Amino acid sequence: MKAILLLEDGTIFEGEHFGAQGEAFGEVVFNTSITGYQEIITDPSYKGQIVMMTYPLIGNYGVNEEDVESCKTWLEGFVVKELSSIRSNWRSTMNLDEYLRKYKVVGIQGIDTRALTRHLRIKGAMQGVISSEDFDIHSLMKKLKVAPRLAGVDLVKEVTCKEPYDWLSVPRPSSLIPRYKVIVLDCGVKFNILRNLTRVGCKVKVVPAHTPAEAILKLKSDGLLLSNGPGDPEAVTYVIETVRKLIGKLPIFGICLGHQMLGLALGGKTYKLKFGHHGGNHPVKDVKTGAVAITSQNHGFNVDMKSLSDKNLVMTHQNLYDGTAEGLEHKKLKLFSVQYHPEAGPGPHDARYLFERFVKLIRSYK
Amino acid sequence: MPKRTDIKKILIIGSGPIIIGQACEFDYSGTQACKALREEGYRVILVNSNPATIMTDPEVADKTYIEPITVEMLEKIIKKERPDALLPTLGGQTGLNISIKLAEAGILDKYKVQMIGADRKAIKKAEDRKLFKQAMQKIGLDLPKSGLAYTMKEARKVAQQIGFPVIIRPSFTLGGTGGGTAYNQEEFEIIAQRGLESSMISEILVEESILGWKEYELEVMRDKKDNVVIICSIENFDPMGVHTGDSITVAPAQTLTDREYQKMRDAAIACIREIGVETGGSNIQFALNPDNGRMTIIEMNPRVSRSSALASKATGFPIAKIAAKLAIGYTLDEIPNDITKNTPASFEPTIDYCVVKIPRFAFEKFPTADSTLTIQMKSVGEVMAIGRTFKEALQKGIRGLEIKRDGLSGIQYKDTAELEAQLKRPNAERLFYLYEAIKEKYSLDKLYALTKIDRWFLQNLKEIVEFEEKLRSPVTSHQSQTQNRGPWTVDCGLLLKAKQLGFSDRQIAKILNSDEDAIRRLRKESGIEPVYKLVDTCAAEFEAFTPYYYSTYETPFIRETKDERRETRDDEIRKTAKKKIMILGGGPNRIGQGIEFDYCCVHASFALKELGYETIMVNSNPETVSTDYDTSDKLYFEPLTKEDVLNIIDKEQPDGVIVQLGGQTPLNLAVPLEKAGVKIIGTSADAIDRAEDRKRFSELVEKLGLTQPENGLAVTVSEAKAVAKKIGYPVLVRPSYVLGGRAMEIVYDDKALEHYMQKAVWASPERPVLVDKFIEDAIEVDVDMVADGETFVIGGIMEHIEEAGVHSGDAAMVLPPHTLAQETINKVRDYTYRLAKELNVIGLMNVQYALKNGTVYILEVNPRASRTVPFVSKAIGVPLAKLAAKVMAGEKLKDLGFTKEIIPKHIAVKESVLPFVKFPGIDITLGPEMKSTGEVMGIDTEFGRAYAKSQLAAYQNLPTEKGSVFISVKDKDKKPSMVKTAKRLKDLKFDIISTLGTAKFLEASGIITRTIQRVSEGNPNVLDLLKEGKIKLIINTVSGKIPRQDEVKIRSTAISLGIPVVTTLPGADACARGIEALIKHRLEVKPIQAYHKIRRMKDDPSTWFDYAHHKPLRAGGRGTKKRHGKD
Repeated sequence: MKAILLLEDGTIFEGEHFGAQGEAFGEVVFNTSITGYQEIITDPSYKGQIVMMTYPLIGNYGVNEEDVESCKTWLEGFVVKELSSIRSNWRSTMNLDEYLRKYKVVGIQGIDTRALTRHLRIKGAMQGVISSEDFDIHSLMKKLKVAPRLAGVDLVKEVTCKEPYDWLSVPRPSSLIPRYKVIVLDCGVKFNILRNLTRVGCKVKVVPAHTPAEAILKLKSDGLLLSNGPGDPEAVTYVIETVRKLIGKLPIFGICLGHQMLGLALGGKTYKLKFGHHGGNHPVKDVKTGAVAITSQNHGFNVDMKSLSDKNLVMTHQNLYDGTAEGLEHKKLKLFSVQYHPEAGPGPHDARYLFERFVKLIRSYK
Repeated sequence: MPKRTDIKKILIIGSGPIIIGQACEFDYSGTQACKALREEGYRVILVNSNPATIMTDPEVADKTYIEPITVEMLEKIIKKERPDALLPTLGGQTGLNISIKLAEAGILDKYKVQMIGADRKAIKKAEDRKLFKQAMQKIGLDLPKSGLAYTMKEARKVAQQIGFPVIIRPSFTLGGTGGGTAYNQEEFEIIAQRGLESSMISEILVEESILGWKEYELEVMRDKKDNVVIICSIENFDPMGVHTGDSITVAPAQTLTDREYQKMRDAAIACIREIGVETGGSNIQFALNPDNGRMTIIEMNPRVSRSSALASKATGFPIAKIAAKLAIGYTLDEIPNDITKNTPASFEPTIDYCVVKIPRFAFEKFPTADSTLTIQMKSVGEVMAIGRTFKEALQKGIRGLEIKRDGLSGIQYKDTAELEAQLKRPNAERLFYLYEAIKEKYSLDKLYALTKIDRWFLQNLKEIVEFEEKLRSPVTSHQSQTQNRGPWTVDCGLLLKAKQLGFSDRQIAKILNSDEDAIRRLRKESGIEPVYKLVDTCAAEFEAFTPYYYSTYETPFIRETKDERRETRDDEIRKTAKKKIMILGGGPNRIGQGIEFDYCCVHASFALKELGYETIMVNSNPETVSTDYDTSDKLYFEPLTKEDVLNIIDKEQPDGVIVQLGGQTPLNLAVPLEKAGVKIIGTSADAIDRAEDRKRFSELVEKLGLTQPENGLAVTVSEAKAVAKKIGYPVLVRPSYVLGGRAMEIVYDDKALEHYMQKAVWASPERPVLVDKFIEDAIEVDVDMVADGETFVIGGIMEHIEEAGVHSGDAAMVLPPHTLAQETINKVRDYTYRLAKELNVIGLMNVQYALKNGTVYILEVNPRASRTVPFVSKAIGVPLAKLAAKVMAGEKLKDLGFTKEIIPKHIAVKESVLPFVKFPGIDITLGPEMKSTGEVMGIDTEFGRAYAKSQLAAYQNLPTEKGSVFISVKDKDKKPSMVKTAKRLKDLKFDIISTLGTAKFLEASGIITRTIQRVSEGNPNVLDLLKEGKIKLIINTVSGKIPRQDEVKIRSTAISLGIPVVTTLPGADACARGIEALIKHRLEVKPIQAYHKIRRMKDDPSTWFDYAHHKPLRAGGRGTKKRHGKD
């Protein structure tokens, strides 16, 4: 069964359809991770995007009930070179095709994904549509032109939780009874962040993105984590406002969108990258120690360090691929943040130490 | 961190001769390391006994010792050179083991040499089973249950605790030598005993069997700042129980979720840290229980390995080069990634294709060996293929193997019982039995139960097999798109799909009862052509600068305007305006075609670059230097078939193609390529045919008035008998157009001839059996020549040590000849010139002669590179292959300054290395069928010393202390030369033990021997003495095709005990002279540069140094005299 992928510059890829039927609009991005498609599919940060995997053979190990980053899928569409017709893994409970159908994600396979990657690398990320129904290019293009875009749109409100909740984890030995209470401001949080906070001994409460600063302070927590999330950070003004009020009041750790929120709250600016960072192999240097971590990345925007004038703010991490800032720290205001994903899921665990660092920060202010 | 300035001189030890388990991947890694270190301003001292390596070219290191890799010789080299550091991790297991020995002998401390990369402690921790187990337990990694044993008693106890089946792994061996799986007590007794014997420290690990588990490997790199990256993950197609070198392997891992993969990654990082490999690459193997995901660590190689070479080629990340730079203090983030230029090496490559490696076996050479694949490696080479899907890569790999298969296909079997037995038993043909089983509609579950191969792989095979059916079924729809081609039709959409699944044109043609050319034409008319994509380490995230390509069939992307629809297929080939020459490589290593030919191809690439050409390399062998991305201007990692090569030629339109350097593989393509209009440069395809085609060759010999052994052609048994009757027995029988003496035999009577002809099912009027008179007791001579059509220069004349009848690839050789009369040599020269002139050789030519009673018989003429080219080049100090490539491009030898044959003052001996120890129980005699896997060179000023060096280098333990020599020779060998040899040994104070016949003969000549009964006569016999360690050398010659069983037993027992066995009289003589040299003189070491420097001092222009400089000769004036005195 046919499907097409149309980009806003008029380029068309013809392939075969899988997953749900229909049309899916979004910014087309590529992800270079070889493994971890289930985590990617369930990562709320992909709201508004059509994700293409550069690794050509996808679906090999099916999907299972554990490797999820949220309760459902979020991306708009999924593009692969070859969808495996078999799932082979002892934990697998369903194949990818069924999974995408269940969550109504439109997929396309059989296209030259490397050609598409090169196209996006050269031309930059752009809007696109996958369709398994309408193959009329003019009609599709018309629809594509009016479909919502990322810039200036608040996608956080689409993905944040409606009500606060406590992250319940499996019982653990008494020696690891949670010592610190941490609030997670949910802009689209990945479960792995919550799992990691638990791992380092935190009791985790997740609150919706629109929770006001005063309400957060009332919860009397030991620290605040600003989560990852989708879309344009500058559009999420209410979170920036909340963060601005909380800075200095309690230890803060920002991840990805959370890092951008901090940057903006501290008076900085963000800008859009040409085609973003999406993958699991970017080297990031810890400026202080010189150590290089291989990191999980997923962001289309970045904090402009030059726009931050506060002398107490330092760049702590730097991407060795393109030199972009990957982390910042305030010498006085007990906060730090990174642009990449120390929680991995998918990706290497090299940067997990940041969760320990967060706990250390909390401890030092207790 | 900046590079270290406290060290200036670094010693690198190569891996020695090519053996099973250790092939040219270590030439690749060592060469990369030498280049990387010299680039940084260090002086590099290199030791390697293998002349057929790029690394031993005099320009690669500052000082190159082609000397035996033994503690004694290395101490001499260290004493002379006083290096500051030793880099032990780039010379395979050989380099690692000798480094440990040097450290343990206190030599490194004595001369203040420090190990860099990995120190003795780390190596020990990784290699010693006990220490490794403790270390892994310490960091909480799971291992199979196991216990160490040093005696049989201990071993039995451990086995009892674990329960059968158990795996036995000896410590400190390579390729798993001496290991195995025991299913019961009897097997256990044999394997455990062998394991204890083959371990350097008499230690074995008896281990819980995890047969059938999934196997994975990770390639890991670490730097001084403790940054660790994973270069590549590899998943084995064959489950645990098959040595990873014998397994089909796939990169990246296919069936691990990210969680599982990250868990493995964490384990690998923890492992390299705990073991303490300070810098460089390591390879870590894991097993995974497919039912519950239990992951255990299997082993770790604290060095660059075969898998590292594969991972380097699979990802584009140059592991060895980076490992060398890390060893001298750089960190990963300080080293740029060559391929992307703008990003550092501190990253993890990500790939957007699938890589499949398939091993190549040589069981046809050892018909009595057990072909079951086990944990002891048996394959002799490998092919790697890249595709966008597993299916495409697998099919490309199969046709790249050159085993007469065009893709996944079937195999004959008797019945279901045999089919299932073959599926159960890991073997080289299992893929093809799987094909049959899938055709028989076996379910995936059934196939899995039989093979334990992951269902994901099985499903992919099934899709290939099922597509074949689809292709065969008649066309029903899309009539407009179908093309009618006579008896068959095919849907173009289906055809594209077939190509995307990796089907070759020939495979499709066979399915459709058509022919390859018709499919090709149809394909091109329908616009179904491959596109070429880059291997770029980053899945296209960044621009790549290194042109390393693979082909695939992709779908187009479309641009639509109001009235136009334009389809474009994304192709990444970058065309230049430069003149281009394409070099076809040799494909997978096999016995008879290995590193020597790759060496020549690499030289051609270097030489043509010097002339300003753009060089394009095509090859499919991941172990080689030729497939290093910076050897040529462009690299196409593709199978060497007519289809794949023509596809590249279509895109690149090279100005010339070189087929004569890569061995028989590209040579076989000469005629088809020429027919397709490709310009082959060098000796013409017609001349090649005149030499290869038996009838035309006889005409050639006759025309030139030369002599060849009487001969005839036969297709049937009676024809063969008639020829044999006419020329008289013994006769040499063989097919034409083969390399490595495949299916070549000497037969002595009608019965043996009948037997041979019955086996020769391939024989046909187009491919008759060649029957030659076999000239007994002749001396064989090999001659290598380079010619440009005007000037003809002999590179070297090599006298075989063994008599004619032993394949030249297995024979030991001496250069220059040491027993031949000047008159005979001149005759050989004259014949060679006449042949080269008549064939108008442009490039290289090799001729083999048999000399007897003053007559010079021509055995064979090969107008192409030969196995001996690297050896000759090193012996005379002239890079023959480079010169050959230049003359093929139109240069003249006169201008290149090589016009005169060089007769060196020193003696160079080439000795072969045979794989018998890997195939226990098989007979080790030499014959016309080549069996050796590699070679070494011994070079010195006198024959005995040179020969002794060659034997030491080939790991023959020539005895130098008192002991016994066992001599038993056939009646025909009871002659004066035998007496001379025995006398020499006697004079050296060896006792001689003989069987009755030989003893009588020797005593008649005044040599006192001790007589011992035959093995069949009871104990004590020679076997007992062997086991007691009393016999130090065996001289045992055999006659006829079928040797006596007890003799086979003597020889194979000796081999497994590491006692040298000589099976020919001349060999015995050389051996005795070698022993004499070892006893009477001290062996000295001398770098290869010094041998040729002597010549240069005498103002002889014909040395390596004049050609070796990477300067275009065209630009710098052609006179070689000008450059004299430089360097």
